[in-house]
Amino acid sequence: MSGRPITEEDLHGFVDGVLAPDRIVEVQAYLDTHPDAAQRIAGYAGQRSMLRAALAPIAEEPLPPNLDLARMIAQRSRPRPISRRALAAAAVVLLALGIAGGWTLRGPILAPQEGIAAVAQEAADNYAVYAPDKQRPVELRAADRAELVAWTAQRLGRPVAVPDLAASGYRFMGGRIVSTAHGPAALFMYDNDRGTRLVMLARVMQGADQNASMTPHGSGSINGFAWADNGLGYSVVGPAAPDALHPIANDVRRQLSRNI
Amino acid sequence: MNDMLRQIEPLIPALRRYARTLLRDRAGADDLVQDCLERAVNHWSQRRDDDPRAWIFTILHNLAITRLRSSASRPRHIAIDDAQEETFARAPSQEDGLRYRELLEAVARLPEDQKSVLLLATVEGLSYAETAGVLGVPIGTVMSRLSRARERLLKERDGDRGAQPVAQLRRVK
Repeated sequence: MSGRPITEEDLHGFVDGVLAPDRIVEVQAYLDTHPDAAQRIAGYAGQRSMLRAALAPIAEEPLPPNLDLARMIAQRSRPRPISRRALAAAAVVLLALGIAGGWTLRGPILAPQEGIAAVAQEAADNYAVYAPDKQRPVELRAADRAELVAWTAQRLGRPVAVPDLAASGYRFMGGRIVSTAHGPAALFMYDNDRGTRLVMLARVMQGADQNASMTPHGSGSINGFAWADNGLGYSVVGPAAPDALHPIANDVRRQLSRNI
Repeated sequence: MNDMLRQIEPLIPALRRYARTLLRDRAGADDLVQDCLERAVNHWSQRRDDDPRAWIFTILHNLAITRLRSSASRPRHIAIDDAQEETFARAPSQEDGLRYRELLEAVARLPEDQKSVLLLATVEGLSYAETAGVLGVPIGTVMSRLSRARERLLKERDGDRGAQPVAQLRRVK
């Protein structure tokens, strides 16, 4: 006997069969001497087995055709078959576009992005590289926050505070210095209980957009908000809907402006 | 992707059961599971835990909640009796069928947060910690919701008995 008092959690654990064997013995001993509790627990146990029995038939039904996982996987890994005619038509269109475009542009085709549009793109690119990383998403962990802040200040020539996103349910994981087309940037990463990761990228603005109001960017499932304050450009990027991400970006901006 | 098929496919019956019990709409629940599986296929490489069960229940639960919230604003009218026959499979005997039905009705009346905990922890066999992870709440919240759900079901059961004619004949001093 451990002598530890029996808790409500033990009683539920007893019903659900998740207790360690010696704890089961202790709970059983408790129930033997407490008939009221024993009656309640018997009631819970009866409910549990009846509910499982009532719902078991659903799990025994044959699966409908739209839940064929093997086919879903195959459809994803194999591009959809395209008809020959569609292919030929596409080739004609592409050829025409290529000729027309090549003639019209004749100069640099991709104008390099500047201002916070560039910050947004760099943050999205770095999110795509580091957020899915299982081995080493961050170079310096949250525990080395002071070292990370010092490193950032040294490489960017400007201090960048680490925003606290606990109020939004995100924990600071750590960060690293990353490279962008406009010099070094700080990349801070956060995650929540569900394993969803967000990043914040910050770097020094060169030329345009020393100050810029918050602008959404992204397409589909990965979204971001970019802005600039006092010559530092920022973007917060994550796999959340713009509605969910916007208040977080606002919170980050508020905290950072307090620290400048 | 082969490991995905091996790990996720056996869970599909349980996912259907959870979705159907939450939504109480057979076709809607299967659509939801399809949506869930498609997301899982697209995000398989981004999952974190070795155990994919809690991961995929999290995806499904979030979809279900979104669906429930959006349909709460524009309710679909399903007559409960019609829906029941279609939604829940027949019980082996008539007596069992009646008891099951009463219990499922009582479960359906639980607040959504208590219902999720009860289903995940007792029917789907997730640990309390996994249940907390799926719902995005602390484990203490899971325990108190489970406790309230069970208490309420017991009360309803006893309440039904109390409402029987025999009880009404009892004399009051």
